[in-house]
Amino acid sequence: MSDADDRLCAAAQLEPPASAARAMLDVAEDVLARWVVARGEAPTDATREGFRLLALHRQGAQDVPSFNACRETCREIAYHFNLLSSEPDDPATAQRRRMMTMLVRHLELFVGGKLEVEGLGEFCCASRPLRAGRDPDDVPSRP
Amino acid sequence: MSESPDDRKTRYQRVAYYPGCSLEGTGHAYNRSTKAVGKALGLALDEVPNWNCCGAMEVKNVDPKIQTYLSSRVMSIAANEMQASVVMAPCNGCYHNLKKAEYDLGHDEASREVVDRIARKSGDAPYRAGQVETIHVLDWIKHGVGEGALRQRVRKSLKGLKVANYYGCMYTRPRHIFPEKDQGAGSESTLKPHFMDDLLEAAGAENVDFPLKTACCGGAHTLSDSDTSTKLVLNILRAAEAAGADVIATECPTCHAGLEMHQVRAEKVLGEKTTVKMLYFTQLLGIALGLSPRSVGVHENVSDGLAALKARQLA
Repeated sequence: MSDADDRLCAAAQLEPPASAARAMLDVAEDVLARWVVARGEAPTDATREGFRLLALHRQGAQDVPSFNACRETCREIAYHFNLLSSEPDDPATAQRRRMMTMLVRHLELFVGGKLEVEGLGEFCCASRPLRAGRDPDDVPSRP
Repeated sequence: MSESPDDRKTRYQRVAYYPGCSLEGTGHAYNRSTKAVGKALGLALDEVPNWNCCGAMEVKNVDPKIQTYLSSRVMSIAANEMQASVVMAPCNGCYHNLKKAEYDLGHDEASREVVDRIARKSGDAPYRAGQVETIHVLDWIKHGVGEGALRQRVRKSLKGLKVANYYGCMYTRPRHIFPEKDQGAGSESTLKPHFMDDLLEAAGAENVDFPLKTACCGGAHTLSDSDTSTKLVLNILRAAEAAGADVIATECPTCHAGLEMHQVRAEKVLGEKTTVKMLYFTQLLGIALGLSPRSVGVHENVSDGLAALKARQLA
């Protein structure tokens, strides 16, 4: 995911703010697309509430309730995209740009973590035991 | 017919209190400040006698139905021995597990059978879904007192203190175990929770716009995959700082400990220093109500919030 973070840093600097917002949204979509591809599926091109990001999140969360741990993050990214695109001259634009960068970074970190440790978010956000489906007797023997 | 806000307020004046294990250990300051704030607001707590662990991570990972039993036993004592109608759990993990047990016992016959079987063996009265209502300390103060009455009781306004409210995950997820949330005006939102914001604003604090208020901190993997957790927490801390926060208000001992621990770890392992302080929202409310920082356990926190309070003449 380090390449995504490099792209994010570059995207955040773009002018006008709407271009930065579009480029950051693209990075976020790519991050979710990687998760979908890693699960052996083709990333959707559909949109939900006008955002491919939200459709990708829905696709990624199919049968993986713990993926909802990034539901709010995705919705906040969409919200900040709208703010930056529709109110580029607002005095809060610099702050909104900063916050959108951190939201996309959080998505990168979460999905990156999930790609390494699939159980991330299982116990808490999905209220599932981390060892669900495992044979309880399947305990590694001591050397 | 749904209950009126006044009837609910009356019912919340005296509740069964389930502190849970964390509040006797790492979250001791949360226990102390919850009790102190309740007392200052005229709300009464009766601790559940002979309570047990809610099943937390350990039992839930071995056998989730035994976790359901353990959580239900706490509710059974409250309902059948204390004749209480409300159990209040400040810890998000306990609150979440009791809510999940309530949901499972209302929807899953296999869970009911396991709970009945273990309860018979242990000599407890089995818990039946709907006997008590489990609430969080945020619900208790929000609905048992309300912002208007709280505002009137403030003796030392938190004015000028910039707060990022961090709710963590187990307070709102998964949505189906919290049927009372997302019910329109007056109810809590799972998408954008606001009860802590509302209460601290009534105490005079300035809530900053903090879009990572429910973002994953990697909590459950904090031991097995510390680097992921540290990076997630670091981003949360940086976002709070970028939002201009002096402190992050917490309402969960696991979140609180995780933010404190990974703040230290981020500096040691990644060389990334952040200076925002963590305080339980009950500590902030207590200070606004005129209690001393020591009486709400500020000295027990790892993160030294005293300096941030002193800078605002709050300590």
